[in-house]
Amino acid sequence: MGISATIYNTIFKRTSTMALAVIGSAFFFERTFDLGTDYFFDRHNEGKLWKHIKGRYQ
Amino acid sequence: MAATVGRICGAGLFKSNSLATVNQISSYSTTREWTRGRKAFLGSLGLLAGGAGALMYTLDQSVKATDLELHPPKNMWSHNGLFSSLDHASVRRGYEVYKQVCAACHSLRFIAFRNLVGVSHTEEEAKAEAEDQMIEDGPDDQGNMFKRPGKLSDYFPSPYPNEEAARAANNGAYPPDLSYITSARHGGEDYIFALLTGYCDPPAGLVLREGQYFNPYFPGGAISMAQALYNEAMEYTDGTPPTASQLAKDVSTFLKWTAEPEHDDRKRMLIKGIAIFTFLIATSYYVKKLKFASLKTRKIEFRPKNN
Repeated sequence: MGISATIYNTIFKRTSTMALAVIGSAFFFERTFDLGTDYFFDRHNEGKLWKHIKGRYQ
Repeated sequence: MAATVGRICGAGLFKSNSLATVNQISSYSTTREWTRGRKAFLGSLGLLAGGAGALMYTLDQSVKATDLELHPPKNMWSHNGLFSSLDHASVRRGYEVYKQVCAACHSLRFIAFRNLVGVSHTEEEAKAEAEDQMIEDGPDDQGNMFKRPGKLSDYFPSPYPNEEAARAANNGAYPPDLSYITSARHGGEDYIFALLTGYCDPPAGLVLREGQYFNPYFPGGAISMAQALYNEAMEYTDGTPPTASQLAKDVSTFLKWTAEPEHDDRKRMLIKGIAIFTFLIATSYYVKKLKFASLKTRKIEFRPKNN
């Protein structure tokens, strides 16, 4: 049995496991996606955002 | 879904039938009898007219010479880029300029002290800023209004109780509320900057009434606000040299923030939107190609049973 068949049989075959897989992967995808895009935004605006300058006032 | 549509319409729906339309159009066309020379002449005439129109439009747009207003020049704001946030150090300095210069006449009714937290001030600093101001509250037990030190939840106090009082104190001119001023004026923060730094002597022949000043960027030229920003007009707490253009730049950035407090979040969401929609469009394009490949390349053959 190939790896795709194994994945199909264990996850995608039943609606319950499929739904769980969708919800779980959505959670992890969004966390990593937000990390990546926020990192890009912060690097692109280095020194301009409040979090970069607030150290001067605390 | 695609299979159902295919079954109902057969292969005809997926075939390009634009050729039939072209044939129909050409049979009704009256230009087929034209000579080659006439076609070439009219074609080049059309091209020339269109090109001249486009040239005139771009020339007019580049100098805007058709009206008497002086349009503000575009400045290189650090928040101009597609993904560029506001410069929050500049927003903080701009708040100081507003508080010490503009607030004498202009209200900022739609901004509360709590809005400063996490943007230009820490929570303690914003609380201190609020407590410096006396806010009218009430009524108390006796039905009287009273003054109390501000809280984070208070909005910025206005210098005048109402528009009539503001007009009476300013020669009949109403200093507009500055909360949304960069969105409310053509040119936005460029206009604010140009207006604040653009005061000059009136040209010969222009008569200004009592209490009016000349500013070429103000529609009509006669403005009731005197020049407010001069070199060394105030001190910055962070030690930035307070030149007139620095003051104008910082207060323009601050007013950009008050008009668009969501500015940074919007640009952050743009990055996320571009990334996720690129992925989704690529995926749906691939799936569409995959699902339609078998439909579009199939061939239907009719084989009678009894032959």
